[in-house]
Amino acid sequence: MPLPRLIPCLDVAGGRVVKGVRFRELRDVGDPVELGAAYSDAGADELVFLDVSATLERRGSAVEVASRVAERVSIPFTVGGGIRSVADASAVLEAGADKISVNSAVLTRPALIAELARTLGAQAVVVAIDTEGGRVHSHSATRDAERDTVAWARECEERGAGELLVTAIDRDGTQSGYDLELLGALRDAVSLPVIASGGAGSAAHVAAALEVSQAALLASILHEQPARLRSLRDELRSLGVPLRDAA
Amino acid sequence: MAICAYGAGNVRSVELAFRRLGARTELAEEPRSVLDADLAVLPGVGAARSAMDGLRLRGLDHALRERAAAGGPILGVCLGLQLALDESEEDGGVAGLGLVAGRAVRLREGRVPRIGWAPVEPNGETYWFAHSYAAETDAAVATSEGIVAVVESGSFLGVQFHPEKSGEAGARFLERCLSRA
Repeated sequence: MPLPRLIPCLDVAGGRVVKGVRFRELRDVGDPVELGAAYSDAGADELVFLDVSATLERRGSAVEVASRVAERVSIPFTVGGGIRSVADASAVLEAGADKISVNSAVLTRPALIAELARTLGAQAVVVAIDTEGGRVHSHSATRDAERDTVAWARECEERGAGELLVTAIDRDGTQSGYDLELLGALRDAVSLPVIASGGAGSAAHVAAALEVSQAALLASILHEQPARLRSLRDELRSLGVPLRDAA
Repeated sequence: MAICAYGAGNVRSVELAFRRLGARTELAEEPRSVLDADLAVLPGVGAARSAMDGLRLRGLDHALRERAAAGGPILGVCLGLQLALDESEEDGGVAGLGLVAGRAVRLREGRVPRIGWAPVEPNGETYWFAHSYAAETDAAVATSEGIVAVVESGSFLGVQFHPEKSGEAGARFLERCLSRA
């Protein structure tokens, strides 16, 4: 297996990085390109940019973000938010992103997963699953999608997804630890790589998530401080997590 | 240098990576560009069949074969490596360019797609991979976790990893490719 990955997540709205707890109370915390480049320099294995305004406001700024990031950053990155078609996704990849992330659009029309995988290759198709209490939520976690989380994960795999980005909504922004029970269930249910998200508060939390998942998404634990990523990597290494030697 | 532009994904990333190194790049959509360049790059992400169709549509398949026969350096990246083989078992079987003897087969161990950073032996450098298929060939010169990572045959050099997305290590690799060309 490839090395465990640390993936800083930048929530983007209106072209700026924003921060919110449990998907609400957004405030401006910086420029996505600057912050992404700084995380890359600090040893990020990949980056995720999620346009948190796109689905709600139906805007497609993902291409512009991808294009600007690709100019500066030479590590892989995923762009999500507002991607509703193969054409949307292709435009983001052509701009320089490596993967797209889809969420609400595939809950509305699951056949889109196969269409994306056939055109872009499975490795470029991340299905983001926001979950609470074993149920999937959609539209920035504002709606119950009336699906069981593990069953939906299996369906995503069958339909051709390449990776799952699983966020425990009730942990998101709380720094109380990843939902290890959920991640364990998903490890057993699918053979895709899983990116764990929601709840990272300490190196021990991240190390525990990387025992069951292939990557850990890092958001509020970093406080938009690339130096925090650097120190977190050191702490994880001392806990025995085999991270790559970046730079 | 010419980067084959045939509708297969990561062209811009490859172009930007070479430009960071100061290389003069051209997007090649027709055979002449592929034949004339000091180095031709065959990038690629996505599915084998539509990629081969994209090459054929533009006559780039013939141009690449002609270039290889004349000993002109070609770098294949990820799907670009797999397309250079005789065939791929993807999409129910797809004929490749036949620049390198061998075939692309589906990964059967571990989590697939295989995504992430992994060391490449013998030199131990770590690069980023994202693939569901890999080469089976006698032309392998480096491996990663037992999977073919680098292929060399005549003037063709192919890598399964993505140097354009492998940070400093990837930049060093591309620099070596440029200096060889």
